[in-house]
Amino acid sequence: MKNIWAICKKEVKTYFTSPIAYVVISVFLVLVGFFFYNLIWWFNTQSLQLARNPYYFQQLNINQMVYSPLFHNTSIILLLMIPILSMRLFSEEKKIKTEELLYTSPISVTQIILGKYIASLLVVFIMLFLSGILSIFTFSYGNPELVPILNGYLGLLLLGAAFMSIGIFFSSLTENQIIAAVLTFGALLLFWVLNWASYSAAGMWKDVLNYLSIFQHFDNMTQGILDTTDVIYYLSFIFLGLFLTHSVIQSRRWR
Amino acid sequence: MIEVQHLTKKYGDLLAVDDLSFKVDRGKIWGLLGPNAAGKTSTMRILTGYLSATEGKASVGDFDVFEEPSKVKKITGYLPEDVPLYPEMTVQGFIHFVSEIKQIAPSKRKEAVNKVIEIVGLEPVRKRLIKNISRGFKQRVGLAQAMVHDPQVLILDEPTIGLDPAQIIEIRKLIKSLKGERTIILSTHILAEVTQVCDGVVIINEGKLMASGSLEELVSSFNDKEGVFIKLKRAGQEALPLFSSIPGVKEVSWDENGIKIEWTKGLDVRDEIIKIIADKDLGLLEMRPLSMGIEELYLKVISGGVEQ
Repeated sequence: MKNIWAICKKEVKTYFTSPIAYVVISVFLVLVGFFFYNLIWWFNTQSLQLARNPYYFQQLNINQMVYSPLFHNTSIILLLMIPILSMRLFSEEKKIKTEELLYTSPISVTQIILGKYIASLLVVFIMLFLSGILSIFTFSYGNPELVPILNGYLGLLLLGAAFMSIGIFFSSLTENQIIAAVLTFGALLLFWVLNWASYSAAGMWKDVLNYLSIFQHFDNMTQGILDTTDVIYYLSFIFLGLFLTHSVIQSRRWR
Repeated sequence: MIEVQHLTKKYGDLLAVDDLSFKVDRGKIWGLLGPNAAGKTSTMRILTGYLSATEGKASVGDFDVFEEPSKVKKITGYLPEDVPLYPEMTVQGFIHFVSEIKQIAPSKRKEAVNKVIEIVGLEPVRKRLIKNISRGFKQRVGLAQAMVHDPQVLILDEPTIGLDPAQIIEIRKLIKSLKGERTIILSTHILAEVTQVCDGVVIINEGKLMASGSLEELVSSFNDKEGVFIKLKRAGQEALPLFSSIPGVKEVSWDENGIKIEWTKGLDVRDEIIKIIADKDLGLLEMRPLSMGIEELYLKVISGGVEQ
């Protein structure tokens, strides 16, 4: 545990001594803020228009009309940002030859991977936490339900964690950060569009593709539904990503 | 302390280390010599647990490198050829990070870091970013990271490469001062370094062991002739036949304005030589034994002319 913490501390420091974390977090917040503003504006105009019709006015729901689409938009921004955060995790160690120090120290590969992974998740957590501050406006001027919002953020965190596990895997494959980022981005996009393919598939394949699609599971969570299947899906996704990373690193040493 | 038995490492079809065996005793400094791509770095990487071996055994201290890698890593310090440094960290921050991953107890970390900074002379730059310090200091930071956990074994891959002559002398002094409690293996291209620093050498070529032993042992076992070099005041080349007639003398030659006389190992004809010089009144200016230098030894071993 101490070893994981040592690696994690070092990684967090590296994120924040270079401009990467600041740039990614700022861009992320600007984009989320932009979407949030537009969604609120749209919700406001709808409210004004429907104010004269009590039946429809009752149907207006800020959770569904603002938060649900906001979570979807945020997930796409995460898809663009995570590869930037994950790309240097292992490729840089390889490039500047510090991996020789790590792998000849009395810490295990698993501890190194977990330390790095947890550090990168902390950055994602900070990003999401800061974007959550926007909700001050909705809570002070409206009455949204808290639990579905927290559920949505949990979904975003799990989604980010799953993305990051793919990112760390590709980072372990190459010493070139750009290649790591592009491969991660490509893989994430592919997982995103998997459920598009499921529309044209039939029978068992439809179910399989639907189950594999990373966004299908996210959908439930934006609606405020916390299903253990979705959580298990994400956790196994993360496990798979980290396991593959471990295999890549080990195989390189045994080749 | 360090023992390698029939070690073999293959990268695909490329044989990097071929059935290598050697042994280094506790408290000694041994040099690992060989041309480029001889397998020096591969051997060191295997000893430090960075790479696996295809076949063979290796042990450091009382531990098998492949069975108990984490125990070996705890008692070993390693300076790779490309010094592993994080350019964005300060010297002190980096060594502190290494002390954490080398599992020094939290209460002893500060002391260990300060001690190693003092030993390798990093005090003037301890607060600076690693990317801003000179090559010589970077090499010292590399040594510091290898030594911070006070390891019993140090494995140094070309510790003086890329340094200026003054820095080379300092680093060599430093390495020599570490001798005693620590067992050190260092690889190098610089042969003078071996004679100045090391107690013994392992010479490898194309992954194979060519020779190993203490320097004196090697020189005497590879030397099949003994001899002297003399300089005379009142005689030149014409004096050569005088000496070649001494029984037991194998070769007499003119070299560097003096005469080289070699005889069969075990015989000593210095008395006879002196007698001739005195009888003929040739005037002796200089007389010194011919010894095989490390360069000569190395070339002889590497060329494969003599195999042990």
